[in-house]
Amino acid sequence: MNEMLTLMKPELVLTGIIFLLLFIKLGKGMKNETLLLLIQVLLLLNFISGFFFNAEGTLFGGMYQTTGLMVLQKNILNLGVYLISLLFADWFKKSEHMPEFFMLMLSALLGMFFLISSGNLLMFFLALELSTIPVAAMANFDLEKRRSSEAGMKMILSSAFSSGILLFGTSLIYGATGTISFAEIPFHLNGSPLQILALVFLFSAFAFKLSIVPFHLWTADVYEGSPVATTAFLSVISKGAVAFIFMATLYKVFQPMQAIWYNLIMILAVATMVIGNLFALRQQNIKRFLAFSSIAQVGFILVGISSNSTDGTTSVVYFILIYIFSNLAAFGVAAAIAAKANRENIDDYKGLYQSNPFLSWVLALALFSLAGIPPTAGFFGKLFLLTAGASKGSYLFIIIAALNMIISLYYYLRVVRSVFMDKNDLPMEKIQIEPSAKLALIICSAGIILVGLLSWIYDYIQNLV
Amino acid sequence: MMQPGLYHLLFISTALFFIGVYGFFTRRNLVTMLMSVELILNSVNLNFIAFNKYLWYDKMDGLFFTIFIIAIAAAEAAVAIAIIINLYRSHQSIDVENTEDLRY
Repeated sequence: MNEMLTLMKPELVLTGIIFLLLFIKLGKGMKNETLLLLIQVLLLLNFISGFFFNAEGTLFGGMYQTTGLMVLQKNILNLGVYLISLLFADWFKKSEHMPEFFMLMLSALLGMFFLISSGNLLMFFLALELSTIPVAAMANFDLEKRRSSEAGMKMILSSAFSSGILLFGTSLIYGATGTISFAEIPFHLNGSPLQILALVFLFSAFAFKLSIVPFHLWTADVYEGSPVATTAFLSVISKGAVAFIFMATLYKVFQPMQAIWYNLIMILAVATMVIGNLFALRQQNIKRFLAFSSIAQVGFILVGISSNSTDGTTSVVYFILIYIFSNLAAFGVAAAIAAKANRENIDDYKGLYQSNPFLSWVLALALFSLAGIPPTAGFFGKLFLLTAGASKGSYLFIIIAALNMIISLYYYLRVVRSVFMDKNDLPMEKIQIEPSAKLALIICSAGIILVGLLSWIYDYIQNLV
Repeated sequence: MMQPGLYHLLFISTALFFIGVYGFFTRRNLVTMLMSVELILNSVNLNFIAFNKYLWYDKMDGLFFTIFIIAIAAAEAAVAIAIIINLYRSHQSIDVENTEDLRY
């Protein structure tokens, strides 16, 4: 019993918060301002508690497992959710159903925790569903908006379809190996055609969740239509969690079929980077632009995953940490501008620097980090990903990835140019930012600069792997 | 009379799977698309049961998995139908061709 409490601590704390919110909602209720403050404090405590009393071990006959690295991954996601609760305070306060939104978001986060810790295909499937079904409800959260309901519909249908594919792959794995435990599957894999088919099915389900290229079509629509807090959650937290489990599944479960999935990843990574970049070039809406840029970023994550080594694991975890800071900063600025000035087009950002220097600098820093320009952490993140990928020796692949970084510079810098250099006769008025959103933007900016410069962070992750 | 073997069941479940995929891509009505997804999930159930009965009858993993899939499919359908009802309120239609506010 005591062992269960320490091993499952992240999940149990989160469940406690969800139930507390439920009781507050069912009881008298609270004013949105006080409740939001309470949630922010609870999420901060949740994040801090992730550093203490951690243990390693397995539970329930190997269905649930936890290691130091998994605890760290969960805590990175905790940090992201805490930042989301700070960043979009403005939208949360106006929302009629704020407690429900947090219940859905934290349930999805709980699903991701179980996903990271799953040691069994059944647990994995349940956790994956727990982490996607609430997100569809979150996408549809602006009930009266046409676009939001369209986004929710696209999200739930594509995720239901992808979980159907995942289950078909799972059933083939069960048929071919006779077990659903992650620890036992590798011993039964011998590369028979049935197993390859199962791998392809599982792979495409992951590709759906990560929006890897042939399966990316839902991404931009859902990102544009959803409320911005959902978009941020989907593009940062959800993507990070699925990237972690994707890597763990490939490295641990499908290790014997490494030669097959290496080729798959290589082809899909190139396609993802090229298509994500090419579509990002022509976007006018800032949310769609960030959607395609996040597709391109997944391509780089795949380069890191392809290395199949501890360096790969370290660099992916490190990159996701940086990606959380930089993408959330970009979404935070876009949300502040969209809420106050009701503008979402990149052309409207012309001359933003004249009236809002703080927002402009944060946006520029975030975009530099996403593009991977040296003083920011994004450069180090991409450097480690490509170094890890290069260890396999296919240099053409790495060269294509590096060329894609140059293409991506064009569209990231286009936004920076319109913010700083283009003159606008009717610039946006001065935007008042919520204090908590300002705090979150400062945390993100500090993260973007410091995570790259403090080398002990990378060493710390490497020691856990 | 011939007893159905593993291959018969696998043939049916694979056929069901691809009928589901075909329906998902060709039907334009959201409820029918949801039904196609249910077909896919049921083909998976059939797969699990068949593998469990013919290949791995000493382990119960497949049967448990099936029960969980049925439960999750119900939860997924509940959320999907709620979203479709909300979509009908705003669009006055559940045809995917009419949901075209978001496109390239």
